Amino acid sequence: MTHPFRDVAIVGVCNTRQARRLPGHDSSSIALEAALGALADAEIEARDVDGVVGQAAADAVLELGLGPCVRRPSGLGIPTIVDAAALIATGQCRAVVVLAGGAALRSHGSAAPWTTPPNELVAGFGLFTAAEFALMARRHMVTYGTTELQLATAAAVVRTNGHHNPEAVYHGRGPFGPEDILASPLVAEPFHLLDCATVSEGGCALVLARADIARQDSRAVWILGCGSDSYAPAYTVAPVWDFSPRPGARAAGWVGADAAQAMFAMAGLRPGDVDVAEFYDPFSFEIIRQLEAYGFCGPGEGGPMVESGAIGPGGALPVTTDGGTMSFSHPGIAAQQFQRVVRGVQQLRGECPTLQVEGAEVALCSNGGSGALFTDVLLLGKERP
Amino acid sequence: MSTADAGLLTPPPAGGFPMPRPSERSEPFWSGCLEGRLVLPYCAACGARALRAFAVCPRCASPGLAWEQSAGGGRLYSWTVVWRPPHPGFVVPYAPAVVALEEGWMFLSAVVGCAPDELRDGLALQVEFHPATDELALPYFRPVA
Repeated sequence: MTHPFRDVAIVGVCNTRQARRLPGHDSSSIALEAALGALADAEIEARDVDGVVGQAAADAVLELGLGPCVRRPSGLGIPTIVDAAALIATGQCRAVVVLAGGAALRSHGSAAPWTTPPNELVAGFGLFTAAEFALMARRHMVTYGTTELQLATAAAVVRTNGHHNPEAVYHGRGPFGPEDILASPLVAEPFHLLDCATVSEGGCALVLARADIARQDSRAVWILGCGSDSYAPAYTVAPVWDFSPRPGARAAGWVGADAAQAMFAMAGLRPGDVDVAEFYDPFSFEIIRQLEAYGFCGPGEGGPMVESGAIGPGGALPVTTDGGTMSFSHPGIAAQQFQRVVRGVQQLRGECPTLQVEGAEVALCSNGGSGALFTDVLLLGKERP
Repeated sequence: MSTADAGLLTPPPAGGFPMPRPSERSEPFWSGCLEGRLVLPYCAACGARALRAFAVCPRCASPGLAWEQSAGGGRLYSWTVVWRPPHPGFVVPYAPAVVALEEGWMFLSAVVGCAPDELRDGLALQVEFHPATDELALPYFRPVA
């Protein structure tokens, strides 16, 4: 059977400059700057674009002068990229821009505002993102003996990756050892400040194109597989590891496991075929959880796998090589989710300025996490499927 | 931001923190809290203990939303101790928690009346209510002596 995305190539990517603040920008202007950057990277003219998906897509159609043009407004991450691919695979579009950005959104409090929706069941108890994920992490620690040191080791790897990356908001702040993570102030136990994502500003965009008009060089990257798991709207109900909505359904703590199985099945690959894992890293624990949920190790083996050095540079499975949301950037809603895919594309092109995984041919990218009760995954390849 | 006296976990002072906005569908829960009763949603058709009030039962698809008073006893299932609150009205440290109630509900609340280092898996807990405003009360859980 022909692969559903055989005729879809990712041909352009762009991160704008990322910073704690980007004076003079708002979310729309920084997203548009990213879109133009991705088109330049793709060597595709704006007049050849016939689809826009992502944040404020119809506004982007107007701002970029693309009308008449397909638009799909969406605040999601990887599923938005998959929607763009589907527009091409089904013949509705030839070239699609995916865009998002965050700037001038917030008062720069400690919690990202898009992670605190109003809700009657959790608001009164002082829940916020770190506490939601902590409730999942604690249950894993109780069940499997996962330790704070293992969490800190995962955070140290990701933050040190960002330390080396000149494009990261927190470039040059390390390097970090687990002891540095554990010495930072407690936020919501077991998480210290340096176990948690940062908050920043920036834009991000990708361009997908039909294979026959896509660049024919080695910079084209292909979608090998995808999957999405959700159990509930994020941050509105109790994050219960063992929540299972019906008999036989996998427990919510393993959100993403079914998605990963679907992704690998679509690709005809296994976890052992992955060269680099651009894991979403809202909190250190999620690195450990994803190693287990996606099948890189068994339940409870994620902590020891992290301690073995496997996820660091030169290890068997380098993760989150740009520094992720902990160090690279966390600009809001979808941009930081797209950034996992942008980094995956850069790894397969061999264009990462730091921590390039030599000869990488397959990259796994992910979004979401257990505390948010959703996980989306995407498998990218250098070879056309 | 204030800090708890004597290192014991306490509810935040009434009126000082972001208040839940009760929905019409969850009215039995909120009126129960005001009366000191923990009234929770379940499905009259299949008995499922729900995470929240529903239009259609997630397990059996029946529109059988019903309410039942829990005895309020349970075990600590998961917890966190918060030191950096999202709002200064919360007294640190405080301990959001998931409580496994004896009747089967998994209920999100917070533990009060003990020190943070006394929190452990399976700790026996009992519900108690504290006013949040004149019109709202919230259920908290205290270790059983």
